[in-house]
Amino acid sequence: MEAALKDKAATLLSVNNIEVVYDHVILVLKGVSLEVPEKGIVALLGANGAGKTTTLKSISNLLMAERGNITKGTIEYQGEPIQGLSANQLVKRGVIQVMEGRRCFEHLTVEENLLTGAFTRSDGASLIRQDLDLVYSYFPRLKDRRNSTSGYTSGGEQQMTAVGRALMARPKMILLDEPSMGLAPTLVEEIFEIMQQLNEKEQVTFLLAEQNTNIALRYSHYGYILENGRVVMDGEASALLDNQDVKEFYLGVSGGQKKSFRKVKHYRRRKRWLS
Amino acid sequence: MLYRETGQFKTSYKGDMAIFTIRQDRWALIAVLVFVVIGVPLIASQHVIAGYLVPFLIWSLAAIGLNILTGYTGQLSLGHGAFMAVGAYSAYNLASRVPELPIILVFLLAGLIAAVFGILVGSPSLRIKGFYLAVATLAAQFFVEWVFATYPWFVGGAASMVIDTPPMDIFGYRISSHLDNYYLVAGFVVVGALFAKNLVRSEIGRAWMAIRDMDVAAEVIGIRPLYTKLSAFAVSSFYGGVAGALYAFCYVKSVDFTAFDLFVSLKVLFMVIIGGMGSILGCFLGAAFIVILPIVLNEIAHLFAGQVPSALLTNLEHMIFGGLIIFFLIVEPHGLARLWTTMKEKLRLWPFPH
Repeated sequence: MEAALKDKAATLLSVNNIEVVYDHVILVLKGVSLEVPEKGIVALLGANGAGKTTTLKSISNLLMAERGNITKGTIEYQGEPIQGLSANQLVKRGVIQVMEGRRCFEHLTVEENLLTGAFTRSDGASLIRQDLDLVYSYFPRLKDRRNSTSGYTSGGEQQMTAVGRALMARPKMILLDEPSMGLAPTLVEEIFEIMQQLNEKEQVTFLLAEQNTNIALRYSHYGYILENGRVVMDGEASALLDNQDVKEFYLGVSGGQKKSFRKVKHYRRRKRWLS
Repeated sequence: MLYRETGQFKTSYKGDMAIFTIRQDRWALIAVLVFVVIGVPLIASQHVIAGYLVPFLIWSLAAIGLNILTGYTGQLSLGHGAFMAVGAYSAYNLASRVPELPIILVFLLAGLIAAVFGILVGSPSLRIKGFYLAVATLAAQFFVEWVFATYPWFVGGAASMVIDTPPMDIFGYRISSHLDNYYLVAGFVVVGALFAKNLVRSEIGRAWMAIRDMDVAAEVIGIRPLYTKLSAFAVSSFYGGVAGALYAFCYVKSVDFTAFDLFVSLKVLFMVIIGGMGSILGCFLGAAFIVILPIVLNEIAHLFAGQVPSALLTNLEHMIFGGLIIFFLIVEPHGLARLWTTMKEKLRLWPFPH
């Protein structure tokens, strides 16, 4: 299955067995490997504290700010190692992270926020203008609110602003961290819908960290499940959706007949993934 | 290696909440205390005691005060020199106008007067935050300097505006030698540091840290912001006041408004920043860095006197000191205390890396 996927598209990003230590003593990632094919949507799933955000941050090199360090392993983007590159250099190469919890510039207007996304571009104002219109076509709601101060827009609008801002840099790849955080279910659906369109029409590759396993797997091609800093399972999104254990642990669906709580607990203990 | 917790089981909540939960820490503390009381007088010369250790201890106490306000409560203050000045002048006036008062009580009362002044200065802190609060406390700094420079009443009418402190008696014993001064200062610092360490572990200390980390969230869980901030100002300026009084009585032995200028405030702030925000140990490390290191560099420079032009030597001293500040901040942006904590964590896990 994996081989078939690799044949279809070249690997854009590959993470090989990385170990991340926070504060010199706390081991967070215990050897995570994953591959993101070009023009794919890959979901990184798992519970709180599994290491999803840390994985994204080690790719975009934001760990230093949190006293984290990659002690082992390599990260390659387009075949080149990128561990030595800073986050801003990665933006120039087309890798952009949309941080958890939006992080809009709250004193700027929505439009100004979007324009800051084009900071690294030097291909002229008219092209940037075109892209701004493109972002507005994907997020018509942002056009209505273009002149409002970002800090006073709703959570959903801020998330759209954050994704739109990332698009303004004409990225090859977006690292999307918890896009569903704090949003209403319909809005979450809307954001994922737009992500899918961007992937198909603008050829943007997505690596997505998400808690909401169900929706993430429905919109992505491939999924990795992290637990306690390790990849415990990976596979095609559709296969994962059908997997008995994924259903049990992350989708809250038991295999048909209703089990008693004690049986569920026993089942979970028995099936705990410890590698 | 030696620093391990193996076999040290905590069997009660009391044991779990002790200040020093690890046996080695307790031994180290006892060793330091024994050294302070017995070792120093045996080893150190009069010159070292009067010139290095007394100012080091006094500045540590001042830094503990500012660390409570800036490091634990997150209220940036540039007025610590003013609190020290208020403490010094209060102590002088109490000691000279009411000679019956025991000198220890004088210092404590001076601290209380500084605390009241601190509450006054801190009262705008509910509305003013960050850099703006720093500027508001800066106003206090200039105001205090101006008052003590303008009104001779505070120095008993002396025309020079500088006056020697009266002699100190404790239960009929006259504090005269450098060693007496040292013991008096060390007593205040040991009690003050232990009190501060316990204070920051108590309910009020946790409230301070909650206000520092996120004031809105602290308010939401029921912490009164004004009371918490003002209590931090009060405790902080109490320590500052006592330190100022000790500085005047035990170190320079005179009361002089120029001794508590803006540079003093900055100096204490640097100690807190270099030592480590939110750490009592950091106050001592920071004070040692700022107070003792220049003296040591100076002594080293004296070794080269004669071979190297003296002007160059002085410049080199300052350059090396500045370079060391930058070096330590790059190595550990969270201060020397954090370096110590990381080292301890590593030792606990040794020989495993994590």
